Amino acid sequence: MTTALKIAFLPLTDAAVLVAAREKGFAEAEGLSLELVRTTSWATLRDRLVFGQVHAAQMLAPLAMAVTLGLSQQPAALAAPYKLNVNGNMLVMARDFAKALEPDVAARLLDPLGTAHDFATAIGLWRRKPVIGVVHRFSSHALMLRYWLASAGVDPDRDVVLRVLPPSLTVEAMRAGEIDGFIAGEPWGSAAVEAGLAETVAIGERIWRRGIEKVLAFREAWLEENPETVDRLLRALLRAALWCDDPANHGMLAALLADPRYVDQPAALIERALSGQIVVRGGEAAIANPDFMLFSREATPFPWRSQALWIYSQLVRWEMVAHDAATAARAGAVFRPDIFRRALAESNTPMPGASMKLEGAVDLPLAVGSHRGGLTLGPDRFFDGRVFDPERIEEYLAGFVQVR
Amino acid sequence: MRIVIIDDSGLRATVLEEGLREAGYDDIHIVPPRGAFVARLERMAPDVVLMDLGSPSRDTLEEMLIVSRALAKPIAMFVDQSDDSMIGAAIDAGVSAYVVDGLRKERVRPVLELAVRRFNAYAKIQSELDEARTALSDRKIIDRAKSILMNQRQLSEQDAYALLRSSAMNQGKKIVDVAQALITASDLLGGAI
Repeated sequence: MTTALKIAFLPLTDAAVLVAAREKGFAEAEGLSLELVRTTSWATLRDRLVFGQVHAAQMLAPLAMAVTLGLSQQPAALAAPYKLNVNGNMLVMARDFAKALEPDVAARLLDPLGTAHDFATAIGLWRRKPVIGVVHRFSSHALMLRYWLASAGVDPDRDVVLRVLPPSLTVEAMRAGEIDGFIAGEPWGSAAVEAGLAETVAIGERIWRRGIEKVLAFREAWLEENPETVDRLLRALLRAALWCDDPANHGMLAALLADPRYVDQPAALIERALSGQIVVRGGEAAIANPDFMLFSREATPFPWRSQALWIYSQLVRWEMVAHDAATAARAGAVFRPDIFRRALAESNTPMPGASMKLEGAVDLPLAVGSHRGGLTLGPDRFFDGRVFDPERIEEYLAGFVQVR
Repeated sequence: MRIVIIDDSGLRATVLEEGLREAGYDDIHIVPPRGAFVARLERMAPDVVLMDLGSPSRDTLEEMLIVSRALAKPIAMFVDQSDDSMIGAAIDAGVSAYVVDGLRKERVRPVLELAVRRFNAYAKIQSELDEARTALSDRKIIDRAKSILMNQRQLSEQDAYALLRSSAMNQGKKIVDVAQALITASDLLGGAI
């Protein structure tokens, strides 16, 4: 018997695993019929999930946490047992603004710390306080942008203007001069570069080598009441994710995503993020960033509790939530490695032995303890070399230089 | 009660505004979600904000509701938890409503119910328009196919149509699909009409 599931998504390249699960038969093989509900704002995606119009949603990891903590409209307990991807963002700025940055674009991307300092200088040269588009206050990209700016002494709340707008409006807002740049999931940065409006300034993968991005979020109660369906969905998604990571499939995947029902942007633009061939300046050769966006390798979908707690630490850092042990525990518990383990127990995916780890401590590919097969974690450094110990959040936060 | 409708579609906003005025609300403003709409909205200090759920600008609006210093009272999404069907009806109709803190829910409910009815009425008008548009373009395609047949086979208009119809029936297809296939074939063969 086929189970019908509705899943909300936004037109972004990192909806890839959901689209592949539906279009390439992975969901069907698990007896699931997926209806993917295209949504143009995170607020509406959130409402569809919270009020039960969809069973699950492709969600910004920090937003899932914010909804659970009652920070984003109607509070609701959400649960994220599966990460749809890591990495996949980039910061682009108007070409005139980028003139004050390192002109050698390869060097610019390789040295985020140097670029952050150049950026801080460029702020003073710009005709106004730079207006930078972010897709949501509770997005990983906004948190990474804040982290990156603050490393060069820039106060993201005072020295620049962060303007919230959905990914699909970013390019038009650049064209209209309403914003001077933006950080968003692909393909929107590439679309602005291609249109000659902007240059890439930084890519998410160079800010945090394995930066958390979208999760698959459920209402916690529904997740608990439907274990068998959840397990089938996770198995289908993992197979779809393996397919998405295979370079041989990138062309076909880009063509699928280009469909008006999904991302509705040219396949060639979408393929840049999938293959890691990033064009920094319109008309120039692409620069290879093979880890630009990951779907399955290195146990990417595994929801490490420590990653949830890193997000929480940043919400505390920017005074979006007041820190106490109970809140930290609730935030961490949004990620559900227990469900991931249950659903994929019979699969041959390497399963991490632990649910928490130090974040930002791996320099070179590292083999780690796993229940099955070899699990190798890729380098996961933050560009400033800091290491996040989820057991010591306060110490970690005290280590940052105050920017105000 | 000051009601602001944020909407890009002139027609939908008008349909909603008319309904609200008929129901006796008279402090109504329409703001399209473009440019500095957030600043305009702040100056208006609304009690209720109505917005299309499908509008991509909802995130921008919600951010303003969080950070605004100009608004005296916090504004939150209207959710009447005592009534699940109301929430469902609002989401189905594509209505989202934000309401200032302290406004009694009995005062907001009729506004929301009216918005739901009017949004549904608008959706119906829209789908009828779409149907009419499709019918029009179907007719153009059939007309072109007819004229190809009339030219190539020296048929009368009536006979050309009868031929299209009988081919469609024989193939179990719609007339417009047969007509489209004929046009494509004719184009490929370089046939002039």
